[in-house]
Amino acid sequence: MEPIQNSADPRGSGPLLEVRDLHKSFGAKEIIKGVSFDLLEREVLVLIGPSGSGKTTILRCLNFIETPSAGTIRLDGELIGNQVLRGQNRPLSEPALAKQRRRFGFVFQRFNLFSHLSALENVAIGPRRVLGLSVQEARERAACDLERVFLHQHKDKRPSQLSGGQQQRVAIARALSMRPALMLFDEPTSALDPELVNEVLEVMRILARDGMTMIVVTHELTFARQIADRVMFLQDGMVVEEGPPEQIFSNPKIAATGQFLSHFLNREPLGHAKAQDMTR
Amino acid sequence: MAIDWPITEMAIPLLARGALTTLQISFSAIVVGTLGGIFLGMLSLSSWKFARLLARAYVDFIRGTPLLIQIFLVFFALPVLGIRLSETWSGIAALSLNCAGYVAEIVRGTVGSVEMGQSEAAKSIGMKRMQIIYHILLPQAYRPMIPPMTNELISLVKNSSLLSVIAVYELTRAGQAIITTYFVPFEIYALIAIYYYVIVSVLASLSRFVERRLPVW
Repeated sequence: MEPIQNSADPRGSGPLLEVRDLHKSFGAKEIIKGVSFDLLEREVLVLIGPSGSGKTTILRCLNFIETPSAGTIRLDGELIGNQVLRGQNRPLSEPALAKQRRRFGFVFQRFNLFSHLSALENVAIGPRRVLGLSVQEARERAACDLERVFLHQHKDKRPSQLSGGQQQRVAIARALSMRPALMLFDEPTSALDPELVNEVLEVMRILARDGMTMIVVTHELTFARQIADRVMFLQDGMVVEEGPPEQIFSNPKIAATGQFLSHFLNREPLGHAKAQDMTR
Repeated sequence: MAIDWPITEMAIPLLARGALTTLQISFSAIVVGTLGGIFLGMLSLSSWKFARLLARAYVDFIRGTPLLIQIFLVFFALPVLGIRLSETWSGIAALSLNCAGYVAEIVRGTVGSVEMGQSEAAKSIGMKRMQIIYHILLPQAYRPMIPPMTNELISLVKNSSLLSVIAVYELTRAGQAIITTYFVPFEIYALIAIYYYVIVSVLASLSRFVERRLPVW
């Protein structure tokens, strides 16, 4: 199996991703109220917090699927989504933005596989159409990435013929096929039936172990604790607590964090009940 | 009411000639109009604002004016611009231009209604807007496009009867010629109706066949 490639070349020290004072409003409602953080290469950051706290929105702002209202995002020092013209931030053109987006692998809560393509084609289309690989090279890369998520035997099936867990693993392979600098996971297991959660988490564990830089939004707290290098607890669009998992889970400094955790941890493994709610 | 059977019998093959012309005209206009409509639909989905406005204005004009007037405009305006076309080709041009406007709206509507997550996922792997439309959204829009497209094509076949006003010898005009000679309007219009009905029915079952053959995802 081929090693995970981080497209970042060996740089000096300094974070892979720098987020500064990120804001996002929908209409008059401010969802993200000034979030800043750094992410080091090979680091796994887990975002937790009650629903509506802005975790997903932060993730979607990072690769500009959602345009932030204010703030800066830098990947390897490169400003994302904007360019500085005469001292002012200007939105980047659509093709330039598309080029930057490939460096973020994004895994959606609802998989969002291309329904008209087979598993293999779902993974191959990015390398083929975006990276310009030949059909043959793209298919080989896709086959190899499907193997990384243990689905090579299902490569010719369409999304509708795959279980939720399998679909999500194809989605992970699709993101990996672009050789992203980091992976963003948006509640990747919360649309899954409980018995399918583990196969997805297992793939993510392997990725983390192999050194992939990751930001994970999840309600799977046990998993978060195992996989995270750092945990950020969000509430009302702000980071209220941040630290290594042992500290956040065993010794939260803020009452709200403790409350949130006890609410979820007491219910594990019933925490999955939430996942079922969302599939309705 | 007495039906004049001998004249009716004589009219059947004569009208068949007209029906053939109707088919030829409709087919040409469908091909040109559909291609033009897909192109216009893509324009109205593009990120280029000027192109969007242009497509918008075109569709508004086509939907906002009667086809009969559009036929006259093409027939009388083209010679002024120095383009000389036969009645038949003027008619095909007018129907194609009309069809393109409606097909553009069908394309825009169905492509736009493919689930949001599909284009978000395509964006997330770095696809550009036109790639997303062409590789992701359009293929998924084919099937939902079939019913409104069928409606449009059926309208086109029936509307081709309007070309009788610029003396194109299609089905309706051929019938009118027989009527002016023999004065048997009921028999001939009934025959014309049957011919249109048969053509449209074949078109409709063809479209159901195609729709069944297209995959559901």
